[in-house]
Parts: sequence; C-alpha cells; structure tokens
Amino acid sequence: MTPQNFGRAIRRTEDDRLVTGRGSFTDDAGSTGLSLTMIRSPYANARILSIDVSEALEVEGVQAVLTYSDLPGRLVEPLPLLIPHPSLVAPRTQYILANEHVRYVGQAIVAIFATDRYVGEDAAERVIIEYEPGEAVVGIDAALGPHLVHEDVPGNVAADHSEHVGDVDTALANASHVLELELNMERSMGSSLEGRASHATWDRHSRKLRIQNATQTPTSVRFAVANILEIPDEQVEVFAIDVGGGFGTKVIHPWPEDILTAWGAIEYDCPVKFTEDRVEHFISSSHERAQRHQIKVGFDEEGRILGLDVDFIHDNGAYTPYGMIAPLITATQLPGPYKLPNYRVRFRSVYTNTVQVTPYRGAARPHAVFSMERTIDRIAAFLEIDRAEVRRRNFIQPDEFPYDLGMIFQDGRPAIYDSGNYPELLEKVLSMIEWDDFPERRSQATPGRRRGIGVACYVEGTGLGPYEGGHVRVETGGKVQVSTGLASSGQGHHTVFAQIVADELGVPFEDVEVVTGDTRRFQYAVGTFASRAAVTSGNAVAEAARLVKEKAISIAADALEANPDDLEIVDAQVQVKGTTARGIPLAQVAVLANPLRYSFSEAARAATQFAGAGDLDEPPVKPGEDPGLEATGWYSPVRATFASGAHAVEVEVDAATSEVEILRYCVVHDCGRLINPMIVEGQIHGGVAQGIAGALYEKMAYDEDGNLQNASFMDFLMPYCTEIPEVEIDHLETLSPLNPLGIKGAGEAGVIPVSAAIAAAVEDAEGFQINHMPLFPSELHEMRAIGVDEPN
Amino acid sequence: MNAEESYEIRLKVNGRTQHVTAPARRLLSDALRGELGLTGTHVGCEHGVCGCCTVLVDGAPVRSCLTFAVAVQDKDIRTVEGLAAGDGELHPVQEAFKECHGLQCGFCTPGFLMTACALIEQNNDPTEQEITEAIAGNLCRCTGYQNIRAAVRRAAEITRSDKR
Ligand code: FES
Ligand code: FES
Repeated sequence: MTPQNFGRAIRRTEDDRLVTGRGSFTDDAGSTGLSLTMIRSPYANARILSIDVSEALEVEGVQAVLTYSDLPGRLVEPLPLLIPHPSLVAPRTQYILANEHVRYVGQAIVAIFATDRYVGEDAAERVIIEYEPGEAVVGIDAALGPHLVHEDVPGNVAADHSEHVGDVDTALANASHVLELELNMERSMGSSLEGRASHATWDRHSRKLRIQNATQTPTSVRFAVANILEIPDEQVEVFAIDVGGGFGTKVIHPWPEDILTAWGAIEYDCPVKFTEDRVEHFISSSHERAQRHQIKVGFDEEGRILGLDVDFIHDNGAYTPYGMIAPLITATQLPGPYKLPNYRVRFRSVYTNTVQVTPYRGAARPHAVFSMERTIDRIAAFLEIDRAEVRRRNFIQPDEFPYDLGMIFQDGRPAIYDSGNYPELLEKVLSMIEWDDFPERRSQATPGRRRGIGVACYVEGTGLGPYEGGHVRVETGGKVQVSTGLASSGQGHHTVFAQIVADELGVPFEDVEVVTGDTRRFQYAVGTFASRAAVTSGNAVAEAARLVKEKAISIAADALEANPDDLEIVDAQVQVKGTTARGIPLAQVAVLANPLRYSFSEAARAATQFAGAGDLDEPPVKPGEDPGLEATGWYSPVRATFASGAHAVEVEVDAATSEVEILRYCVVHDCGRLINPMIVEGQIHGGVAQGIAGALYEKMAYDEDGNLQNASFMDFLMPYCTEIPEVEIDHLETLSPLNPLGIKGAGEAGVIPVSAAIAAAVEDAEGFQINHMPLFPSELHEMRAIGVDEPN
Repeated sequence: MNAEESYEIRLKVNGRTQHVTAPARRLLSDALRGELGLTGTHVGCEHGVCGCCTVLVDGAPVRSCLTFAVAVQDKDIRTVEGLAAGDGELHPVQEAFKECHGLQCGFCTPGFLMTACALIEQNNDPTEQEITEAIAGNLCRCTGYQNIRAAVRRAAEITRSDKR
C-alpha cells in the first residue's frame, strides 16, 4: 500500500525555494520598465482645488503624471462594489484617483510613472496640490455626530441591518435577571510583511497582459482588470507565485494601483510595477475591527440565557468595497457554541474619514466572540457560578447537529452548524490549563502581581462556496501536476494538496507538483479567505484525482485485459489487486491515454498508430472521452462548514507596571480531519499571535483630524518574539459531513477568541470588568485607580 | 531636474565582486535586489524595524534598507542566496527552518535566517535568552515565532553535531 500522506506532519515542499532566496514575490519581478508612485492625501476630508504637475514632469525619468481628469475610459468610474447586500443602502467606493474630493488620509490623488521609485518620489515632491479642508469624522462618536463623510449619505449610515430568532422582548421581560453591557473593540490591520504589489507586462505581439500580483484572489484581479480596461478576459493572465502574507487585505481587488499598473503597461508598452511601502500599507490598504456593542441579556437562576439583544455600530471607514461582510459575520457568529432561542441583532455600519474597513483574519469574529464570552462571564459573576459551568449549561449538545441558527450567513445561505462537540472542547481545554486547581495557583502569584485565568469558546463558519476547482494531470514522465485557482500566502497549499492527491491517486507524495493562483493554469476560482482553501480546493483536487484514477484504471484494464473492478493503483502502478506482478506504471497509462501520430520518446511509441493498440473498429479517442490522463474536479458546498475551538489563558498582571504577562496559553481546536498537523498548528500559532497583538498591543492611533499617528512599525506595536508565548495545542476531530474529506477550515481560528480569553483572565486577576480591547498597561493602570473600565 | 550623479560601486556579495552603477543614495537593499538581482533579501518596512532586509556585513547582521550601497564597498556581504554550500547543501539554519516549520509565507525568512546564522556561527550553543535576544529585532506576521525559536535551537543542534 502507498503510505498514507493525509494526516501526517509532512515537511513543506514550498520551503526549499523560500529558505534559499528563490521565492518569487511580486516585487522580485523584473526591474526594468516603469515604477508607479502615488501621491496620497494628507487630509482626511478635503476638496481638491487644484493640482499642478508641471514641475514634476520636468524631472528626468518621469514618463507621466496623471490626475483624475487624465484617466481614460472606464478608469473614471468608482471601483466596483464587490459584494452588494440589501441592507447596504448607501454603498460608496473610491475612484482610482480622487475625483475632486478626498475622504481619508492616504487616498490616492496623483499617479506618477517613472523609471524608478526614487525618481517617482522626487517628482512627487514637485506636485503642488491645493486643498480646502473640511471637518474630519473620526471614530464612532463622530460618525453619529453632525458632520458627514459623504454629503449625500445622511447620518453617515451605510447600512442598517436587523435579524432575529424567537421573541427577544418577551424573553427579556420574563427573565429572572437582565444585565446590560457595552463592549468596545479597536482597529488593527493585517500588516502582512509584504505589502500590496503588482507587476504588469504587456506583450504586444501575443497581445497578452501578464500580471504578477500580491493577491489572495488572482481571478478577481483578472476579471477586474479586463472589465475596467475593456479588453477580453483572454488577454489578461494573472498569477501569484509567492505572496508574503495576506490576512484578508489582499482579497480586496481591484486596488487603484492594480488598474494603473495594468493600464500603464499597455499605454507605455513596457513593464510597470507598483510596490507599496509600509506607510502606504498603513494608510491606503484596509483596516478592521472597530465596533461598539450594546448588549442586553436575560437569563434564569441557573445561568441559562433566555434572550440576547445586541445592537452594534460598525465603523466601515470611508468606503465599503467589500459590502457588509464584516458586520454580517459578527451578527451571525455571535451566538457561537451556545443555544440562543431568542436572539436579536441590529447593526448600523457608519462612514468615517479613515481607511476603509474590510475583513482582516478572523473577520469580525473576534468582536462576536468578545461580545458573547464577556456576556457569559458577566452572567457567571452575577450568579456567582463557575464561568465554565455557565458555558456548559448553554452549549449546543453533540446530538443536536445539524443545528440551525435561524439566520443567514455571509455566503447568503442559512447558518446551519454541521458538526462539532463543544462540551468536549471545553473539558479538554479546562483540563489542559488545570482550571479546577487554579485557586491554589492564584495564591502562588509572584509577590506584587495578580494572577487570573480565562476561557473563551468560538464557532467559525469556514470553507464556504461558491466553489473551487482542481486539475490533476499525470505526465508521461510520471510527475503528477496539480493546479487550483486560489492563491497561497503561507498556508502550505502546495504540500497539503499534494498529500491529498497522492493518497487519492495512489502515487508517492514526491511525484506530485502543485501550482496555485495562476489563471494560465486554472481559470475559475474564488480565492483564499474565510478559512476556505483546504476545504474547497482540497476537496476539488481530491475529486479530480479520483476521476484521473478512474480513467487510468479503465485504460489499464484494456491494456491488461483485466476487469476494471479488479484493479488498484499502488505506488504509481495500476495493478491487479494484491499483486505487483500484473501491472502497468501510471506513467505508461498516461502514454496510452494520448493516442499519438508522432513519438518523441521511447515510451511514447506504445501510443502511436502502428503500435497495434486498441480496437480498430473504434475511434482512437472514444466518444465521451478526452485524450490525456487528466481531469478537472469541482467542489461547491451547499453551505459553510463550522469549525470550533476553546482557548484558555493564565496571566499575571504586574501591580506596578500594569503589564500583562501570559503564563500559559492553551488551545483546543476542531477543524475536522487534519490534513497536516504541523501546518494546522503553525496556523494556530500565527493566529494566536495576531490575537495577542490585537488584545494587548495594536491599534490604529488616529488623531481627531484623521491622521494615523502610528503609521510605521516604529509606532504600531506589532509583537516581536519577546511578546508572544509558547502556545499549547490539542485537537479534536469531529468530521464535517458536508465534504468527502471531512475537513473544516483552520486558517483564521487562532485569532478569534484571544481577546475574549485575555479579557476574562485580566478581569479575573483584577476583579473589575474589562469591557474593551485592546488593553494597554496605561489604561489598566488608570482603571485600577478607579476600579472600573469606563467606556471610552 | 537632471539625473543625479552615479557612482561605480564595488560590492562583494557571497564571495563574488560585482560592479554596480548607482547614485549615492541607492540603498543596499535596492542595489542587491535591483542591480544584482538578488531578490532573496526582502524589504518589509524600509525604515529599519522589521528585519526582513537583514544581510551580513563582515559577519554581523545589518539592515540593508538603512545602509547605502556606497557605504559597504569592498566589505564582505552575505545574503540568503549565499547561505547554502556550493554543492547546494543547505546551511543548518535553512535545514532547521524547514524541519521545524519556521516559515509560512517566507517573506520574513531571509532576515531571520541571516540573523540566526550570525548567532549560530558565533555561538553554537546559545541559551534561550540568547536566542530571544538575537531574533528579537525581526518581525514575522505568520508564525507566532514559536517554530522560529525552535528552528534556531535546532540549527544550533545541527551545527554542534556537524562539528563532532
Ligand atoms: S526592510 Fe529593512 S528593517 Fe524592514
Ligand atoms: S513567515 Fe510570513 S512573515 Fe514570517
């Protein structure tokens, strides 16, 4: 038998390239041609009175300096609204270059095409722009105030959305206890170490626009560019070879620079590159996470939740290119693993003069979990019941799946949990962190420090549609080539898809080569986000491998004069079950699969027309068959599959400095069947680190004029290794019944419950409520003085 | 405005001397990546904080985004492309990062590899504290550092066993 690859911690095939400096990131592409430099608004809200580019044009090496009025064709239109939603009554997207008005610091106004970035920046200094600044709307309070971000959007409200199950008013009225909470969360951002980038070349001979782009979704870039430049899709090829992290930001195409580089490559007939610098990533890509939640919860004496009423405000920044996906996720993922017979949620999404808000790893689930878990902890404190016990009493039970939340998920389909075992997750994490013995450890806290413990549970909708596809082809040399359309930015897709295909097809792992995110190899795809790649592309390549196997067996059955039912593929050989003696190598089947007139190798002779193979009364390629040992498989899930987990953390807070030290961090994670535990754990480590970053270190520090004051790695406190503890991980594998491989997504999970767990632990240590995140030592210090977390 | 003055700069990279014609303000990171095509050295912040652009200059880790190419003429520059042996055998740090899953997207990796290489070539038995201090100036957004630490530990171990 071929060894099972699925489930093993196989080393990544990506790594040889990446550790030797042979990776291929977008900025690594050719350094000839033109470089695109953008001039961005220094004002959060201003009218542009005039732009004088004449001096910039004098700079040697400058090809062109463009403003909005220079843009041709469809480039003058606002960028597309990617995901419309009925609640989004006032969607707004930005122009490629600002059209008379700028609405956030960082908005692109002028595009400079020059021989290199140094020259482009020299020219940028010589462009004179006159502004008439207006009042900046920064933060949720300001959004609810009198000033408008878009003159024609009253109240700054982009969307007002409500959903409910059951009858919340009656439930609250009849509940023995009702508590109210206000919970706040701040902005952060993906901050991939590679920023946005695009490199476009135009081959005027073959009339192809070739674009390497730092993207999670190459097909989006392709269709957006083809659409806006009004050229056939066929002329646009997009690929992402290596992508230096995405975290959601690299889903939101087209960026203005995607279009400008593509257009420039054709217009100036030379390669054009844009590479975002770090400041630009801070002020002109995307942020996420600012929300304020008002919660009312009714419960009984046992701590069972009877009704939950949530009203939250989502700060969507200046534009809404990705629709209402983030707040919709908060709304539907807020119930988590708990039964909420009566749940009502309303959100208003409001404009502010700040960078646009689109999903960042976790995608508005950290807020949802923070809201739900803080609420449960509050109930426990009120009733003086153990926090774990209140969770136990509210869990959806393992025999209640499929469990219908009664709401519509972000894929437009009913939110129905497919599988899981929430009580077991909790028990596992409690025993890992030794929850029951904590009182003893509390008393052993380092003198002068306070110790606390917290736990948080979550459910994450993953692996949603609409679909992904995969292509598998056996080459006559024996290599198995696999491609799928979504891109990779560190998830190890090349390795895990090879593991899946190797097992399905019966070939050695080493023979499988995977390409992702290249529209020349696979034209139809959705993208890498929402913890969906392994589920969707994984099942698609598995299906393609099964089809190839079927085909190989049918061809080999003819050649071996055997019954297809008696054949198997083991170690890349098609053979009669249980015997290696009667068989034919898969590579040779690939030869036979392609009837030839010409032979280019010894092996290929067997497939030529005088070789005597095949029935002479039938066409060489039989009706309904295709030449080649290859197949395309698709996976289109009826709806998302729901992963889940529980985190527990023990902290000590320093009495003098108010610094929070994490003593232990434990994770129990259920993403169904694990394809490669090493990679899943790596995803969890990285997610937890981002969660800790969002809980204790990072926020976007806007001043009231809308300047982002910490737009550099010097001031934005992205953690180094000194801030991140070791994470202890255990798994639970409840298989998803929705897909043949039984898998659920794992990419985002790590980040989701961290703020909730840490808030709970700090609250436990300090004895006063923690109602907002992130939580900085300076704030904690002040809160200690007054003994309460004042809503900010 | 006219083009600025260019200089002929001698850069000794990975044991090979090459000539680059560039203005005085050309950063070492840009000269390596652009003029010399050594794109293994990455630029994550271009203001000296992330460590992605770390190369070794005379054996010590240096931020190539804060260094002018003209300033390191004739010095011994080592980049990630020069880590593996001539026959392709990986350096212990490269081997260890693979083995310990010390990289995900791989963007920060060259900087970590060069930093770890400098540490381990000086001290093949570092304490946890020394490992932390060595890599505490490099950012990684993907891994959460746990496996990077493990990789540095492992690289030291491989180096020690190679010596025996
Ligand atoms: S690119 Fe040099 S330190 Fe970030
Ligand atoms: S592996 Fe992606 S930034 Fe470190």
